[in-house]
Amino acid sequence: MVRRARTLVRRGWRRSIALWRRSLQLRVVTTTVTFSLLAILLLGNVLVTQVRDGLLEDRRQASLAEASTGLRAAQEAFDSADRSEPGVFDTLVPDLVRQLARGGGSEGNKDVVLLRGPDINSPEAPLGRSSSGADITALDTLRPQVQNRSAQLWTYAAVQRDSGRRVPVIVVGAPVQIPGIGAYELYYIFPLDKEQDTLALVRRALLLGALGLVVLVGGIAWLVTRQVVTPVRMAARIAERLSAGRLEERMRVRGEDDLARLAASFNRMATSLQRQIRQLEDLSRVQRRFVSDVSHELRTPLTTVRMAADVLHEARAGFDPSVERSAEILQAQLDRFESLLADLLEISRYDAGAALLEAEPTDIASVARQVVEAMEPLADRRGSLLALVSPPEGAVAEVDSRRIERVLRNLVVNAIEHGEGRPVTVLVAADDEAVAVAVRDRGMGLAASDVTMVFNRFWRADPARARTTGGTGLGLSIAMEDAHLHGGWLQAWGEPGDGCQFRLTLPRRQGTELDGSPIPLEPADSSRRRRPALRAGAPYQRVGSPEDVGA
Amino acid sequence: MKGRVLIVDDDTALAEMLGIVLRGEGYEPTLCADGDQALPMFREHKPDLVLLDLMLPGTDGIDVCRAIRAESGVPIVMLTAKTDTIDVVVGLESGADDYVVKPFKPKELVARIRARLRRSEEPAPELLEIGDLVIDVAGHSVRRDGGPIPLTPLEFDLLVALARKPWQVFTREVLLEQVWGYRHAADTRLVNVHVQRLRSKVERDPERPEVVVTVRGVGYKAGPA
Repeated sequence: MVRRARTLVRRGWRRSIALWRRSLQLRVVTTTVTFSLLAILLLGNVLVTQVRDGLLEDRRQASLAEASTGLRAAQEAFDSADRSEPGVFDTLVPDLVRQLARGGGSEGNKDVVLLRGPDINSPEAPLGRSSSGADITALDTLRPQVQNRSAQLWTYAAVQRDSGRRVPVIVVGAPVQIPGIGAYELYYIFPLDKEQDTLALVRRALLLGALGLVVLVGGIAWLVTRQVVTPVRMAARIAERLSAGRLEERMRVRGEDDLARLAASFNRMATSLQRQIRQLEDLSRVQRRFVSDVSHELRTPLTTVRMAADVLHEARAGFDPSVERSAEILQAQLDRFESLLADLLEISRYDAGAALLEAEPTDIASVARQVVEAMEPLADRRGSLLALVSPPEGAVAEVDSRRIERVLRNLVVNAIEHGEGRPVTVLVAADDEAVAVAVRDRGMGLAASDVTMVFNRFWRADPARARTTGGTGLGLSIAMEDAHLHGGWLQAWGEPGDGCQFRLTLPRRQGTELDGSPIPLEPADSSRRRRPALRAGAPYQRVGSPEDVGA
Repeated sequence: MKGRVLIVDDDTALAEMLGIVLRGEGYEPTLCADGDQALPMFREHKPDLVLLDLMLPGTDGIDVCRAIRAESGVPIVMLTAKTDTIDVVVGLESGADDYVVKPFKPKELVARIRARLRRSEEPAPELLEIGDLVIDVAGHSVRRDGGPIPLTPLEFDLLVALARKPWQVFTREVLLEQVWGYRHAADTRLVNVHVQRLRSKVERDPERPEVVVTVRGVGYKAGPA
């Protein structure tokens, strides 16, 4: 339960953080509201203090004045009292106190208290209180000072009312002499509840005003930022669409302000981008078209030359030895020329996006077997042992068998060609998702930097090395395109002196994404794997594929 | 003489070279460099086979093909520089029996020509039935209810191949070998297109074939007699 609550809180927190980071508008509005709230609080505080001070000051002066008047009246009354009459003060004191409490300019139910001074010990000495329930604890702080200083003094205090409510008061006290009895103290207790009510009203009004102001400021900030943020958001949206390839998208330009300028320059940028992309597209289309046309146009004269060479070749027995040899060379080079042209056409078809996949369920193992059987004579000539390892139940995948056969033939021919007479292994394996074929040679291998280069068009491992079997230099590029057309991978592994392995991985069903291969890219019999002690010292793994370099 | 071949090609060097090669093989070639001249020359020379370039000035190779096919069942072999699906199919649908893609080896071309002309040997008299058709193999005729149905030699060969073994389902590859004479894997569209053409002539309702029946995923077989 607790954990769930905690996760909920954490999720909510993360979501708000995300919203905060994402929304400029939220940030601006929040900041504005926060700062205006702070300013209003500060201002309100100052205002309330001022009002309070003003109110209290007025009340204090009025209170002091009234207290002075009352004191004088009391003193006069005591002085002029007929002391011959016994017990005169016993009646005079309560009357006077009541009279003082009622009189005076200030309204409200103030209390007047007449207390005996510290020197009077007689319990019979008269006392006066305007109301019996008056709380006189408020006088406690003031009394010693009044007794000592013998002057009119005042202080703020609080009294407990009958209702239980504590009310702030001004207490004014002064000594008074009752002739024949001694020193008394006269205290006025002026309640400040009216002032408190007024102050509360002011405070409430200010708070309401502040709240309204904050909401207003927040709203204004929201509106203002919206004016700025909306075009910015629109620009972001349009930019996303542009990058998604919808090059004709533009922003709406309204007015002549900064945002309109932003929109206008954004649109100019988009237009210029669009123009350049179109230009590049056109250029590339023209180029692809050119390659395709050239290849086509070359075909007719090549056919003629081919036939002429054939006729010469057939009749070479009757020629001069040098002419005979020339006819043979002509024939051989025409073969090469022809396969080059065929590969060029194939690749131009890929470049033009015109390659079509005719996929149907095919047993890759049997395709591999056919290829291996067909390549046996070449392997024999090169002294290589050609071995095929495939699962007995076969490895069926949806592929274009013509293309896959071409890929495998290419890989096997390459392996034999670079295998230096050592064994070449073709390994077929399958799992639920994918079928893979790995072709392993044990020739001179590939440098790490070359592993990604082998698929480049017309790339050669060693430019100085003579081409022997006369590949076109396009074979692996076409194989790579074939693999991509199937949604598959073609990857190479190589180590100088340790041979290479080319691995073709194909999804079993067309349209599914590959996420692994049944065969590891590095063969199990690589020297690094056979001697694991060396692995610790190996600075990096020499494995690469075109995907790795961001193809 | 093994046969007369009309070579229709605007590339004179290629045409001449084709002539040399075919003459060397014992054929009697006639050259035609212009699509507009192709039909008059065809009528004049009555060749046993036409070698036709698809890209021609004047009348297009496709049109020449249709025109010749309209008046004769003579074998037509296209020369094409394009391997793009659509061109080959258009050529086959306009009546060509087979095609060779440039650049081709002379032997390959000669093999294709020979395959198309191979019928010169006299077949034994034989009557076959397929669907409600009666085939006279020696007389090279197909009849339904006594009325003849004109077929090109290739279509006839195709029908005969199916009718001779009505119990067998023929894959496209087997038909390519038996009818077209291909030893290696070749373009199975040849079979598809010509089965369509054949059906349009021999079926009562080409949409619901009864003579040449498709066996899904395998190939074709003869309908029950």
